[in-house]
Amino acid sequence: MNPSSSGLVLLVATRKGAWLFHGDSQRNAWTVDGPHFLGHNISHVQLDPRDGRTLLAAAKTGHLGPTVFRSTDLGQTWKEAHRPPAFEKPSNSLPARAVDHTFWLTPGHTSERDTWYAGTSPQGLFRSEDGGVSWAPLPAVNDDPQFREWMGTVQDGTPDGPKLHSIIVDPRDPAHLLFGMSGGGVHESSDAGRSWSTLIEGMQVVDGFDAASVTFHDPHCVRICPSHPDRLYQQNHCGIYRLDRPATAWQRIGRSMPADVGDIGFPMVVHPHDADTAWVFPMDGTDVWPRTSPAGRPAAYGTRDGGQTWQRLDQGLPQQQAWWTVKRQAMTSDTLPAPALYLGNTSGELWIGHDGGARWACIARHLPEIYAVEVAALR
Amino acid sequence: MNVLVPSALRSYTSVSQVEATGDTLLMLFADLDRRYPGLRFRVVDEQDRLRPNMRIFVNGLGVRDLDHALQPTDFVAIVMALSGG
Repeated sequence: MNPSSSGLVLLVATRKGAWLFHGDSQRNAWTVDGPHFLGHNISHVQLDPRDGRTLLAAAKTGHLGPTVFRSTDLGQTWKEAHRPPAFEKPSNSLPARAVDHTFWLTPGHTSERDTWYAGTSPQGLFRSEDGGVSWAPLPAVNDDPQFREWMGTVQDGTPDGPKLHSIIVDPRDPAHLLFGMSGGGVHESSDAGRSWSTLIEGMQVVDGFDAASVTFHDPHCVRICPSHPDRLYQQNHCGIYRLDRPATAWQRIGRSMPADVGDIGFPMVVHPHDADTAWVFPMDGTDVWPRTSPAGRPAAYGTRDGGQTWQRLDQGLPQQQAWWTVKRQAMTSDTLPAPALYLGNTSGELWIGHDGGARWACIARHLPEIYAVEVAALR
Repeated sequence: MNVLVPSALRSYTSVSQVEATGDTLLMLFADLDRRYPGLRFRVVDEQDRLRPNMRIFVNGLGVRDLDHALQPTDFVAIVMALSGG
């Protein structure tokens, strides 16, 4: 690591490997470390905030099955999990399933050292209590007939396969968990995953479908506000939402987005210190769903009043003919007092949005398609 | 018996041909996993099914049934399917 660094590292997961970018103190210069796992599909890389050193990477290749790699020296060496996320053999009449890839990694609560959660495609929830070395399925989700009905089949999922994502651990309570499924709704547990309740009230579904049916709900990304954990934001297939607990009904706050941009997208980013501030990165969700930046003009949109108003943030980004997409894990914020945004796009570009997205600058080009970007603080 | 290992699995075996034993392909993969931990799951899923883009040849003949019986003199090739781009 660069000794003059800011202590920030960007963890970039791509279709062909993973890269780490170490930032200087101004977040202006970045030192690249990679590729790691060249040729592997890396869905997500996460740093353990409890030790500031341990990395987990969710990997597979075009031919080989899925696994999780672990590094305790910031990526200098990696070891494979002894027991990667894998479904149990069926104990009831439900069809047998195999994990295609681990899609999402979430470190556990600060009080639960070495606990991690993983979400997979097809939808499955797994927990590790040994730092990611071995993973156990959560049967109340993976083998529950009601959940399995909501999950549907691979035919019902996204083009890259149906996914369990947005695993959230309440910073106040390690037993309070949430996750989203594309498709299959938002779900919440207050007993560490032994039982679950749905959290879909107020969420809309595609025209012509029944909003009362959990299976039709497609949350793309759900985030909890670290500064006010009773507040959740969600980017959904059908709009942008906010939920302030103990209320149970999501409010569609994307209605105030410009009509020609809409409120469809993948990522949802929350401010680390201000629960009224959040960001999205809209995509074209019209006719055949191009899933590109609307009109080929990429822009983040930010709100500073909980979604009542939104401001376009595109200074420094291409102003025309830029048809890329930002996937749900590929946009985030650091936690410095004046946080910067970071995004990776489907064209292999890595960008930083200084001052909360007010000024964008390209950090790297010509990477493979970027699946996920996380920013972490080293110790 | 001798087992031919594709390049994608050399991170486990270090070499292209290894020795392993088993009365069936499933038992052979169990033995391979004992010798090279993690290898089996990259080729055979948790429901004991060969992964979609992997193929197995026994003495030159393609086999998908992992209960296929093996003889100690068989030659088993693990091959990555020729597909995609």
